[in-house]
Amino acid sequence: MDTYSLLRQIADSWVMLFLLIFFIGTWFWAFRPGSRPIHDDAAQVPFRHEDAPAEDGDDSHAPEGQK
Amino acid sequence: MWDWIKIVALGVVGLLAALAANWARDIPYMVHMLIVLAVVAVVFIRTVRQMGDERLVDTGYNDGVVRAGVIATVFWGIAGFLVGTFIAFQLAFPGLNWEFTQGAGNFSRLRPLHTSAVIFAFGGNALIATSFYVVQRTSAARLWGGNAAWFVFWGYQLFIVLAATGYLMGVTQSREYAEPEWYVDLWLTIVWVVYLGVFMGTLLKRKEPHIYVANWFFLSFIVTVALLHVVNNLAIPVSVWGSRSVSLFSGVQDAMTQWWYGHNAVGFFLTAGFLGMMYYFVPKQANKPVFSYKLSIIHFWALIFIYIWAGPHHLHYTALPDWASTLGMVFSIVLWMPSWGGMINGLMTLSGAWDKIRTDPIIRMMVISIGFYGMSTFEGPMMSIRAVNSLSHYTDWTIGHVHSGALGWNGMITFGALYFLTPKLWGRERLYSLSLVNWHFWLATIGIVLYAASMWVTGIMEGLMWRETDDQGFLVNAFADTVDAKFPMYVVRGTGGILYLTGALIMAYNLWMTAFGKQRTAAAPAVAPAE
Repeated sequence: MDTYSLLRQIADSWVMLFLLIFFIGTWFWAFRPGSRPIHDDAAQVPFRHEDAPAEDGDDSHAPEGQK
Repeated sequence: MWDWIKIVALGVVGLLAALAANWARDIPYMVHMLIVLAVVAVVFIRTVRQMGDERLVDTGYNDGVVRAGVIATVFWGIAGFLVGTFIAFQLAFPGLNWEFTQGAGNFSRLRPLHTSAVIFAFGGNALIATSFYVVQRTSAARLWGGNAAWFVFWGYQLFIVLAATGYLMGVTQSREYAEPEWYVDLWLTIVWVVYLGVFMGTLLKRKEPHIYVANWFFLSFIVTVALLHVVNNLAIPVSVWGSRSVSLFSGVQDAMTQWWYGHNAVGFFLTAGFLGMMYYFVPKQANKPVFSYKLSIIHFWALIFIYIWAGPHHLHYTALPDWASTLGMVFSIVLWMPSWGGMINGLMTLSGAWDKIRTDPIIRMMVISIGFYGMSTFEGPMMSIRAVNSLSHYTDWTIGHVHSGALGWNGMITFGALYFLTPKLWGRERLYSLSLVNWHFWLATIGIVLYAASMWVTGIMEGLMWRETDDQGFLVNAFADTVDAKFPMYVVRGTGGILYLTGALIMAYNLWMTAFGKQRTAAAPAVAPAE
């Protein structure tokens, strides 16, 4: 099989399936249970640290497990 | 040690530029190499003079490069609008293609100068400046890479100067929105990779656990533009000492590559990047978090998944296979949904604060920008439908559509961001004058309305005139008849351009006075709070 047909077949089947599942997955990811407080917190990001970076010791918003 | 490496590298580049200027096979290439030589000489002397200086360890945000970006955005914006207005009148009055400019001032040379100036110089500087501002604030971290951010800024200005002077001298590889030749493309690639490094480095050292949605949009803009730029510009130089090159693609593959690039330049440069601006500056100016963070996540993924397929709608009724142009058309129509999802998210951020549209001219500017975003993302999918495209393609309707998006969406959101940024960056309490913002708002809005309306009329008119046949099946109109019929609309379009340019000049004055700490005392009563 020539390269074009081979690539075309892979793109038409598995790659398309992967893209579709990934895309639909993003919806489930956005609406996953327990994401509400995380998103509420993320939406507040522009209103913190307006004038200066966080201090090195300031990890009040660091990811869980990195504190 | 680093200074020594820099000096050696600059010496080598300077030597190569001098050799290239000497052996140049064409004049524009020689001029460009002399420009490079001059720039290298200046940087070389600066580096030598500063060698061994004690450097202060910088803390806080790197706002110097953002200030430079704001100045460059205003400067290139006015230059781009001025050239645009001039070429609009060249179309109405061909006598403006003066003999004494010997071709350099002709429409064909000035048109790419205008498009590149407004998209890459004005829009690009706005994107670099705002992305550097936003990524620092939302990561709570200083820009990564020290002076690399300054390299990005000045490197990008050099790219603009080489591209612009090249157009005037007739250097072009004839690819829409990608006219600069191979050596300028290579330079932009280097600058862009450093830009990606600075942005990613800042994200990686962020103190916030979450990467704020604006940064997702900025990142997709940087990554995708890198990809598009490299693939679209694959070419082999005829000679390393000359400005000509030959594309690696030919025929319909070449056309498809160009419009895959062209439409995604709209999608990722003019949409994703500017949405990054929207998701930061609209919440900041309204002082309210974004309407729905979940919607912003879906907006992001849907937009980037769908936009990348829309390019073939530029090639309806060509040698492109039907399946490809149908694919482009279908994805363009599907794209309407994420676009309007984003528009709703932006507008609804103001829910509970609608009075600000009346009292705050900056918010009004952002709202009309989002409104134009919604309007042009409805118009675009409609024009991508094959039957509509058969009427609209090659007519001025397309130009009207592009300008309602560019002047309305990109221009207005940038103006809003500039008005927000300038007092903050120069440490001023407020803008010099809000009533001047109001003037800018109305001049720009009326200018866009004149532009878009005249282009709708003239575009549909010429589309209908081109396809008009008599009862024998013969075409009724010659091409020159349509050009003649368009004259009044061309004058209206140029007038709209003058209004838009005037608004931008008022903005430049306002920002200048703000930066120097002036405040106009007689505040207009229209801007009093509504409480």
